Amino acid sequence: MTTNLRSQSGPYFGDFGGRYVPESLIAALDQLEATYKAAKADPTFAMELAELHRTYTGRPSIITEAKRFAASTGTDVRIFLKREDLNHTGSHKINNVLGQALLTKRMGKTRIIAETGAGQHGVASATAAALFGLECTVYMGEVDTERQALNVARMRLLGAEVIPVKTGSRTLKDAINEALRDWVANVDNTHYLLGTVAGPHPFPEMVRDFHSVIGIEARQQMLDEYGFLPTALAACVGGGSNAIGLFHAFLDDQDVAIYGFEAAGDGLDTPRHAATLTYGRPGVLHGARSYMLQDEDGQTMESHSISAGLDYPGVGPEHAWLKDLGRANYWGISDKEAMDAMLQLSRTEGIIPAIETSHALAGALKLAKELPAGSSILVNLSGRGDKDMETAGKYFGFIADTNAAPAGGSH
Amino acid sequence: MARKTTAQVLRENKDSGKGSLVGYFPAGYPSVEASIEAAVAMCENGVDVLELGVPYSDPVMDGPVIQAATLTALEQGFKLKQIFDVVRGVTERVDTPVLVMTYWNPVLQYGVDRFAADLAAAGGAGLITPDLIPDEANLWLTASDAHNLDRVFLAAPTSTETRFETAAKLSRGFVYAVSTMGITGARAELDALAQKVVGGVRKADPAQLTCVGIGISTAEQVAEVNGYADGAIVGSAFVKAYAEGGIEALKAEVQALASNLAR
Repeated sequence: MTTNLRSQSGPYFGDFGGRYVPESLIAALDQLEATYKAAKADPTFAMELAELHRTYTGRPSIITEAKRFAASTGTDVRIFLKREDLNHTGSHKINNVLGQALLTKRMGKTRIIAETGAGQHGVASATAAALFGLECTVYMGEVDTERQALNVARMRLLGAEVIPVKTGSRTLKDAINEALRDWVANVDNTHYLLGTVAGPHPFPEMVRDFHSVIGIEARQQMLDEYGFLPTALAACVGGGSNAIGLFHAFLDDQDVAIYGFEAAGDGLDTPRHAATLTYGRPGVLHGARSYMLQDEDGQTMESHSISAGLDYPGVGPEHAWLKDLGRANYWGISDKEAMDAMLQLSRTEGIIPAIETSHALAGALKLAKELPAGSSILVNLSGRGDKDMETAGKYFGFIADTNAAPAGGSH
Repeated sequence: MARKTTAQVLRENKDSGKGSLVGYFPAGYPSVEASIEAAVAMCENGVDVLELGVPYSDPVMDGPVIQAATLTALEQGFKLKQIFDVVRGVTERVDTPVLVMTYWNPVLQYGVDRFAADLAAAGGAGLITPDLIPDEANLWLTASDAHNLDRVFLAAPTSTETRFETAAKLSRGFVYAVSTMGITGARAELDALAQKVVGGVRKADPAQLTCVGIGISTAEQVAEVNGYADGAIVGSAFVKAYAEGGIEALKAEVQALASNLAR
């Protein structure tokens, strides 16, 4: 197969993508696309962003081989971790945020708004707003403000206004609705700093480009430090930004298998999951045509995951395209499998991963048992787990849960 | 007698100096039956073109009043195919043109051509599509032509000349001018931007009709808009009246908002 998947750009990825938004937003999307194109063609933009990454984000992020974690699979498969958790603010989200903050300045806008699920994108946005002197409002589902209270405090400390969203399922989906409503009303001075590879064009392409540094670095690091490319890639998929960031540089490496791990929540045999690519079907949500969880009438269904960052009934259009092409595989990982992997990595490597990321780690453990001897897996360690200590502490019984959740359940 | 088209009604009211009131009500709110009664009452009390909303889980163009009403409808178990029951229930009793306002995914999942066929069979006039821009509307352009339905696209204060031209050329019935940069919901003052949008559409195609929506809640505003556009679209004010005082309050609100239009 001679393909050039890496060169694919928006607005469409096969049948997916597009701009299914109110006319009121078209001018803003056009302006963003034009600004982004001009920035891409301007070497000073790339230099400015690279300098920020070097002196502020802490890039390049390192690769750590997880030997004891890998050994726990009982195979000889090697597992490598791309350490996006070591970035400033604790996750991959900063890659995209700094890029879009620079574009906000170029557009002459003074205010950014953002949606957030786990709070990582909200924290990264609040951070960039502080750094660039921008006003910042973050929309966060009320349910998520409760399970990610620490990140709410971080955002407020950074000077951002955090608005708990009380409509719908009160999670990430509804936070995006509120952010879109704000944007329609305030588009003159406001940039919507969308945090994932979903949404209308140019967001899926642009956010992917800003995160593609993950895969570009990792690919070179594997070659330089180990002398080979991994057999397989593993990343968690909610909207899909950290996953596409890792995958993109490897899309045309036909020998590298690609695996995305979605949240299966209570399990794929239950209705309580967020496995959009596994169980959804194509539709339009939040401005793009992609896979989504919906009922027969096209009403969006509520997703469920212990991880706020994966609790989303949609997914980026490029993932939908890669799934239909057969280039990437998407599996579901249950809450329990993810939490087991979180514990496992913490106790074998001394690295506490985010619950989102733990889905990728659980996926890697499963995958290791299916790959041939001598294989290797590169996992995107997309975020650190500090923010999840309350959820994890209650789940594992390390701290008292006043709600007295049954064993194995935590929220 | 043959039902008049949306454009015929608007044009006649314009030419006779009356002006038009386009009224929105959510189908299925507070129940399928009650929404038919409410919609018929609106048509009998001064609404010239009816706009029936399809309840949807993610209504990004709607403000809190309409969000709450459509959520109620969904919680009452509203199913998409019931939109045709509501359209039929209204068109059987009044001659008012009935447009359906819907976000795009429900239509996409039902099947665009099938939706158009069932809407036409129910006596519906066409669709208003708030999150479907002409650029993404190929399936709908084909289906609406095949079933002779109106298709109302939106135009905004930030639309370019080219986009005004596209909206004017591809809309049938009228172009929905978004009066302020914002979501539905009453505002104290209508934005001068609305006039700019109407002017933009008219410049692109002097024969096309334009109604102004979003932010209209008083009789003065309805009359003012009809001074430069071909109709005023009111939604939240009607839903709010119904929520607070039932069908009698809704009738009174429709009469009040239509009162400054010459009759």
